[in-house]
This record gives sequence, C-alpha cells and structure tokens, in this order.
Amino acid sequence: MQKRVTFKGWLLPLLLVAPQVVVTAVFFFYPAGQAVWQSLFIPDPFGLSAQFVGLGNFEFLLTDPYYRASFVTTGVFSGLVTIVSMGVALVLAVMADRLIRGSGTYRTLLIWPYAVAPAVAGVLWLFMFNTRVGVVSWYLGQLGYDWNHVLNPTEAMGLVVVASSWGRISYNFLFFLAGLQAIPRSVIEAAAIDGARFWTRFRTIVFPLLSPTTFFLLVVNIVYAFFETFGVIHTITAGGPQQATTILVYKVFADGFVGQDLGSSAAQSVILLVVVGLLTIAQFKFIERRVHY
Amino acid sequence: MATLSLTGVRKSFGATEVIHGVDIDVAEGEFIVIVGPSGCGKSTLLRMVAGLETVSSGEIAINGARVNEREPMDRNIAMVFQNYALYPHMSVFDNMAYGLKIARRPKAEIAERVTEAARLLQLEPFLKRKPRELSGGQRQRVAMGRAIVRQPDVFLFDEPLSNLDAKLRVQMRLEIKALQRKLGVTSLYVTHDQVEAMTLADRMIVMNEGHAEQIGAPLDVYERPATVFAAQFIGSPSMNILPGEGAGDAVVLGNGARVPVAQRAEGKVLLGVRPEHLVLDPEGAIALETGTSEPIGALTLVHGRLEGSTLDCVASLPGVHRESGLPAIQRFSVPPGLAHVFDAGNGRRLAG
Repeated sequence: MQKRVTFKGWLLPLLLVAPQVVVTAVFFFYPAGQAVWQSLFIPDPFGLSAQFVGLGNFEFLLTDPYYRASFVTTGVFSGLVTIVSMGVALVLAVMADRLIRGSGTYRTLLIWPYAVAPAVAGVLWLFMFNTRVGVVSWYLGQLGYDWNHVLNPTEAMGLVVVASSWGRISYNFLFFLAGLQAIPRSVIEAAAIDGARFWTRFRTIVFPLLSPTTFFLLVVNIVYAFFETFGVIHTITAGGPQQATTILVYKVFADGFVGQDLGSSAAQSVILLVVVGLLTIAQFKFIERRVHY
Repeated sequence: MATLSLTGVRKSFGATEVIHGVDIDVAEGEFIVIVGPSGCGKSTLLRMVAGLETVSSGEIAINGARVNEREPMDRNIAMVFQNYALYPHMSVFDNMAYGLKIARRPKAEIAERVTEAARLLQLEPFLKRKPRELSGGQRQRVAMGRAIVRQPDVFLFDEPLSNLDAKLRVQMRLEIKALQRKLGVTSLYVTHDQVEAMTLADRMIVMNEGHAEQIGAPLDVYERPATVFAAQFIGSPSMNILPGEGAGDAVVLGNGARVPVAQRAEGKVLLGVRPEHLVLDPEGAIALETGTSEPIGALTLVHGRLEGSTLDCVASLPGVHRESGLPAIQRFSVPPGLAHVFDAGNGRRLAG
C-alpha cells in the first residue's frame, strides 16, 4: 500500500511544482507563444515594424519548393540515422549478450561515445573526413576515391548520418542489451531444443520479445534525428552543399538568424512544434503498450 | 522410445568439479527421477543430457549413439522447464506447434498432432489463448504438450511442479505419471521433493554434492538406503541417526542402550531408525525424554531427546497422542530388521 500525502493548504504544493512550471513557462510556453504570434507577421529587415499577414507565412512555406525539399531531406536523414544507429546497436547488443567473459569491458567501451556532445562529435568526424587534412579522406584518396563532402551532396548526407548515429549507437545499445537480458534464458533454451537455430530463434522469439524496446527506441531516435542533430549538421556541413543536409530544424535557424526572415522562421518552428507533438503522442502510445505480449 | 545411458559423466566449471561421475543405463520407457537438495548438481546433469551444458568427461548416449557433441535440437529430446518457458507472444497452439513448424512438417500434420496433444491434456478450449491468460496448471500442461507433440525419444523434466501450489502439484504429479505410462517415453525427471521422487520413479538417483549416492527403485532406497544421506533425504520426517558402537548383533548407543540389529555391526557406527519404525514398548531399548508432540490426525509426531544426551529423535506413532498423555520418559523399541546400520566413517551402509 502506497502512502499518500495530503496537503492541508495550497501554498506548499504550489511552491513544490513552481520550479517546473516556471521553467516550462519561461523557456517553452512564452517562446512558443511568441513564435505563434510572430508567424502571423512579416517584420521589416530592421525590426522596427511588422505587417500582419495572417497565414501568409504558412501559405508561402507550403508552396516553397526549398521547404518541401527540406521535408524530404529530414525524412531521409532521420530515417537513415534511425536505421543505422538502431541496426548497429542491435547487432552489438546481440553479440554482447552472447559474451560470457569480458562483457563488462565491452559494454563500458561501447557506452563511451554517448558522453560526447553532438557538436564535438561533429567536429571529430569533420576532422577525419576533412577534404584537405582528414585522415580518412586521405586514405580514401590513396584508394583512388576522391572524397569531397563539401561538393558532393550524397557524401555530405552520408557523413552527417554517420556522425549523428555514432553517439546514438551507445544509447540504443544500452536499451537493446537490457531488453535482451530481460528475455528468460529458458525460453531461448526451449526454442533451441525445439530445433530453432540461432537466426530462427532471433527471428521468431528474440525479436518479437524485444519489440517493445524497439518501438520505444524507434520513436526516441526519430525525435533525436529531427532536433538534436543540429550541432552535428552545423559543424560539419552547415546545411550544404546546395541545402542537401538542411533538415527542418536547421532551416529554422538558417532562415531566421542567417536570412533574417523572422516571420517565416517562426512559422517553420510552429510547424515543427506540431510535428513534435504528433511524434510525442505516438511515443506515449507505444510506451503505454510496452508489455504487449 | 529409446534407451539412455550415462557413463562416467563429469562436469567442471573452471577448476571446480560439480558432478563427480554418474553412471546409469536407462531402459526404454523407464521413468528415472533425479532427486537431491539444491546445489547437488541434479539440474546440471539434466541440462547435460539436454545439450544445454557441455560434458566435461564421460559419455551420454541415446539409443546407443554418443550425443555429447550434438546440439540440443539434434538429440530428439523434449524438455519441460521449471518456469515452463512458454513463448509469451504466441498462442497455446503456436507454442505447441513451434517445433513442428521449424521441422517444416505439413500444416495438416501439425494441426492433427497439436489437437491430439491438446485433447490428451484437456487444453482444447485454450488453444487460441496466450500463456499469460492461463493458470499455472494450464501453463504447465502447455509445456507438457509442447514436449509431447514432437514425439521425442526422451522427456526431460526440470522441477516442473515446483511453481504450483500443493494441491495442484499432487494432481499434476498423477497426470504426469499417467501420461508417461500411456506414451511410454523414456523420462528423466529432476526434483528436490522426495514425495515426487517416490511416487513417480521407476528408479531414482539420489544425488548429493555431485555424487550419485544411490540408484534404485524407490522402495528399495527407502528400505535399504545405501548411505546416511540417502537414508535421511528419502522419507518424511527424516530418519533418526544415532551414533553408537557396534557389538555384533546390536548397536550400543552413547547412553548405554543396546539396540538389537539384523546387520553385523562392528566399530563406530551410526544407527538409523525411521520415525515410523519406533514402536511404543515399555521394555524397549530406546528411551526418549519427550518434548513437543504434533498430532496430525492419522498419526502423531513425537519429538524428544535420547535420554542422557542432546540427540534429537522423532517418533511417528499411529493415532493421537497428546503431550499431556505421554510420560516424561517414553521407551521405544525397533524391530531388528527395520534398523539400519551405517559406517560412522564414510556413512555407507554396512553389509549383512
């Protein structure tokens, strides 16, 4: 029986929730409200006046081919980041789960990259692939491959995907490993006795039992790829070349703070807010059905 | 239907040997129960037969063919686990059909065999349910069903009843026995419960600390335990063990009491007497300072101490005997053929 606390007055409970409410209000509700308000105006370049345009900013965005292209870029980017980071993490987790000796060391080492901030990770990868001084690009050059992510959109996309996935693999690995270890050993053994070899066991027993973890990670990783990869993209490509790596969140920044089109930038962040909201709803739905078997 | 034989089977984890050589030949259709306390190596032995643990030395053979190096799936065995190990995301039908599906049997045959097993185990109404929607006893039956649909050579049971409540355990015990008789499949059954061992086994292996203390039919083990351990582990309440000095046809206890025995007793010995073999006898050799008595209906357990010592001793008397109705010192005798004499040094039963 859980012991419930009953407050007599209303002052103390209000004070206890105040920090959360104040922080959320100042750093989320207020700017979000401002964004919604600003998205209805077009300010002049000097910020002295603003003209009300209603939904004009949105109308313009939805017909703008660059904005639509950015949607596609975001889809491709977050899809790739999710697949790469989850796929690699799953393979590593399955291998770590089979390991008896040395699994502690293996695990610790695999978790390290998670401690590296996205922007720092971006710089690391940038140095390795730098077209003039990068180690990897030099070796690629020796092999006869002329690496240049500054000019080649596909290579640029590949590089930001790899850099964004790298640290993420650690996070996913942790969850997958925990999920794998929660599967009773005897169930796997029963399947082995029933005649299922490793791959069949994985396909018919392990993966279905891991699906709550997979669903959770899927949503979390998509959200990550949408928003938290800003630092990586900013340091490596700054959205280029030819906007090939300009994902939605980067475009908000580029249009607003570089292009000084604050109305459009605000409208974009409102659209992103809606996308985030939908993703969060999806996430909660999946977490609710965590125990789905 | 198959024979199973273990020859000098040993198991080590690193430098620690946990099973010190077990030998047994199991006949076709025989029900063998491995019984022993936790940590005696009984489950490890079973898992070695299943192929879930490697064999450090010795040989395991099914139908005369060495299987040491074979994968579990290539041994044609089926196993029922303590926690049932059902596939939680599959229906009862799919759980039972899993092995057959992997063996790529025709759909019609799978359906027929699963339905047949379900009928046998009275699981027909539950075929579409998931394991979590079943009671403990039903899950247990599904685990059995999964084992029998594959028509294996050998059944392996790893404490299958220990997660059930007492009443269900008795019922399932009878069902397992009936099923095994009906199917006639060679079975190896691990338990720590001596009642299960006594009731199920054609022969049992009493294990202790990685040794097979005794292998034999339940009543033979009960009547002629080979070691003090086997004597105390089988039977409830467990056998009284009283140290004494052998005097040919009798054992002289520490307090000078002379208990006549049928074996030849020499040197330092341990006298073993089952509580149910102590009979009230005013002239008897064994005198107990009576303590608590526990009337449990048909019989009464009288706890006491051997007079002039600190040795605890239990007598199981027919009928009801209240504490107030027992004298402070109660004398008992043991029919000579029912007393057991063991060597005090190695705990082995003395010959004769």
